[in-house]
Amino acid sequence: MKEVKCSAVKAGITRRSFLGMGGALGVAATSAGSLVLPAFASETATPARGGHFRLGLSRGSTSDTLNPAHFADVFMQSLGFAIHNYLTEIDEEGQLKGELAESWEPSKDAKQWVFQLREGVTFHDGRSLTSEDVVASFNHHRGDDSTSAAKGMVDPIESITTDGPHKVVFTLKEGNADFAYITSDYHLAILPSNEGKIDPASGIGCGGFKLKSFEPGVEAVVERNPDYWKSDRAWFDSVSFLSITDEAARTNALRTGQIDAMDRVDLKTVNLLEMDPDIQVNTVESDQIYYFPMNVQAKPFDDNNVRLALKHAVDREDMVERVLKGYGRVANDHPIGGSYRYFADLPQRQYDPDKARHYLKKAGYDSLNLDLSTSDAVFTGAVDAAVLYKEHAADAGININVIREPADGYWENVWMKRPWCMSYSSPRGTADWFFSQYFAGDASWNDTNWNNDRFNHLLNEARSELDEERRAQMYAEMQSLIHEQGGRVSPMFSSYVSAANRKVGHGRIGTNRDMDGNRIAERWWFKG
Amino acid sequence: MDKLLLTVAKRVGLGLITLWIISLLIFLAVEMLPGDIATEILGQMATPETVASIREKLGLEQPLHVRYWDWMLGIFQGDFGQSLATDRDVMDMLDSRLVNTLYLAGFAAAVSVPLALALGITAALYRNSVVDRAVSMFTLSAISMPEFFIAYVLILFVAVQLGWVPSMSKVEVGMPFWERLHMTLLPALALTFVTCAHMMRMTRAALINLLSSSYIEMARLKGLGAWQVIIHHALPNAWAPIVNVIAMNLAYLITGVVVVEIVFVYPGLGQLMVDSVSKRDLPVVQAASLIFAATYILFNLVADVIAIVSNPKLLHPK
Repeated sequence: MKEVKCSAVKAGITRRSFLGMGGALGVAATSAGSLVLPAFASETATPARGGHFRLGLSRGSTSDTLNPAHFADVFMQSLGFAIHNYLTEIDEEGQLKGELAESWEPSKDAKQWVFQLREGVTFHDGRSLTSEDVVASFNHHRGDDSTSAAKGMVDPIESITTDGPHKVVFTLKEGNADFAYITSDYHLAILPSNEGKIDPASGIGCGGFKLKSFEPGVEAVVERNPDYWKSDRAWFDSVSFLSITDEAARTNALRTGQIDAMDRVDLKTVNLLEMDPDIQVNTVESDQIYYFPMNVQAKPFDDNNVRLALKHAVDREDMVERVLKGYGRVANDHPIGGSYRYFADLPQRQYDPDKARHYLKKAGYDSLNLDLSTSDAVFTGAVDAAVLYKEHAADAGININVIREPADGYWENVWMKRPWCMSYSSPRGTADWFFSQYFAGDASWNDTNWNNDRFNHLLNEARSELDEERRAQMYAEMQSLIHEQGGRVSPMFSSYVSAANRKVGHGRIGTNRDMDGNRIAERWWFKG
Repeated sequence: MDKLLLTVAKRVGLGLITLWIISLLIFLAVEMLPGDIATEILGQMATPETVASIREKLGLEQPLHVRYWDWMLGIFQGDFGQSLATDRDVMDMLDSRLVNTLYLAGFAAAVSVPLALALGITAALYRNSVVDRAVSMFTLSAISMPEFFIAYVLILFVAVQLGWVPSMSKVEVGMPFWERLHMTLLPALALTFVTCAHMMRMTRAALINLLSSSYIEMARLKGLGAWQVIIHHALPNAWAPIVNVIAMNLAYLITGVVVVEIVFVYPGLGQLMVDSVSKRDLPVVQAASLIFAATYILFNLVADVIAIVSNPKLLHPK
């Protein structure tokens, strides 16, 4: 275990420091002319205990449930991280560390993983955490009749057994050097076991806050867990999670002091919000990617020249500037961004209509008419992005017909159904995790139908490869394969932009998910 | 009077049949929407296997008519079923939402109905004067602006700049009456703007229509004042169309305020309905839409009864 962990730190350190600088510069640039300080200027502020924190979140729904298998979006994810703990955690620096697991050790072939649990942790109902609870919690997502959104993640587990009250043994079907990362996923909360089964709707966990009330689509209230094992976390006495789906309503609630923090600031008006001296706008660079997947088994996308033509036909800088209002950065047609351990810094592809024309000619076309399906369900501004792409591509002789699909049912009817559409994905902990879900030939969400033998082979090899250097090489090659031959035009990474009033303090903000890795309730505090 | 009761009974019977047809239509409509609860719960994370497991667990594999029949049987036993998404009892979910919706509708109606009537009568009385034009212009421009715009303008000036009331109408069970009133002032005001014009216009038109009839002429010749003529002679005969418009607006206050609910973050029925439709949570959609349909039917019935009572001639159509 030591080997894996240490080298991870080594590989990550320069990248992290680099990313940190990038984040600081980004914030400074976007808030020029106002009084706004960089996002983590308050890093030095000492946390203080107490207060009632009111958090306004965008994606709550009356159909939300406490069942972690169906946690859907930022509302339930953030609530989940307030009331639950997980085996492992991605920290503010993007590093994997133990949460309920004190340490973990893979076997030589990375097929068997032994997790040593922390002792003396209790659930909200007073019971102590044991290995039985972990087994039951993971089994909740496994098996043929599982309805869990995390089923694909736990499917590679062959068996889970206990070895004493504080040791859990995972046996995988195939070796996976990154398995410990998977256990930090927001679905895989640890709940108390009742004869081998968890009660998913109980809301009982061992997190920093106890659930007090929950009205789906309206509000959830949690109170500090006095027995929480982390002494330097969960500063607030209580936290309200308010579901405020309307952007303007969220912003007004923050400005009038009805909430203390909010997610998803409207990028069109963020400059106005930054003028308010009582408000801090927090911009966090992330590897959340917005992209255009093509079905590479459908005409004309089955010809890689067409894919390359399309990749050269988009002006990424323009798109970041106009669609994201600068709150993001250009991507390079592969989903692995700077926060990943094996990020390969390939030469940046540029907007080049002549080159696009050249590839088009190579594919045997003088001009090309294509349908692109999109909807604002993908992200705010997705339709604008598609129209902008149409403008860019026109210069290369590619006529894109933008089809606006209904937001309702987009993921069911359009994504992975139409030959060319739009999508987004949040960063995963590791490149393997991402590739296994989206790029492996047999992946459930292989939204480009891309099936590259060399890539599949490398992915399988690298997964159980414990030699860091060889691993890094393999991942670099995989990224360049996606960059050169993959079916995604990936123009940009978007930043997470949230806002809070000045009374709220926080350290560096995690980049792995929105709202400080969804752990805002546990990590933030009121300044004393 | 017997005739009135008979009419009411007939109308109630018709209303029930209407409700049943509506439930059938809603059931089919939701069924025809792309996707179902399984794909909506899992979203981008859906895989064929997990989707199949959810469908099996919820009994969605059963044919349409079987599921509809089961649902109908439940209704007759007073059981609206469980939400497919949350497993909660549908009636429990609707309970507090319905109270909130009725409260806001009541508040808005208490402001807008008297206001609209007063404005309408004034406008009719001083028709074609400056007052009449001002009232018409004001109410008509209010109604031609989208609800969310009115709501945002109110929030911007009254809540953000002046800070008199909160921008978010977060009501809770057991909140003191005055606090609740304060909390919901803005949404009620926004709804007043939206509904006033219809009622005011109808009042004005109905009265003006009557003012030219001979018995009003007679009353005037007898030397009655303008207000007396309107209140005692014209208004009783103008009720039928006015009450109808009021009923329609009241029904709208209960069933159509989803935009206002979203902008003011008000936990009413509309938001529940929208969420449930987008998640294809059929039992909740059905129950909510039956409530909405019943509201319309009921208000129509009441409006007709009031109209008949105020003018018994309507019981005996020629």
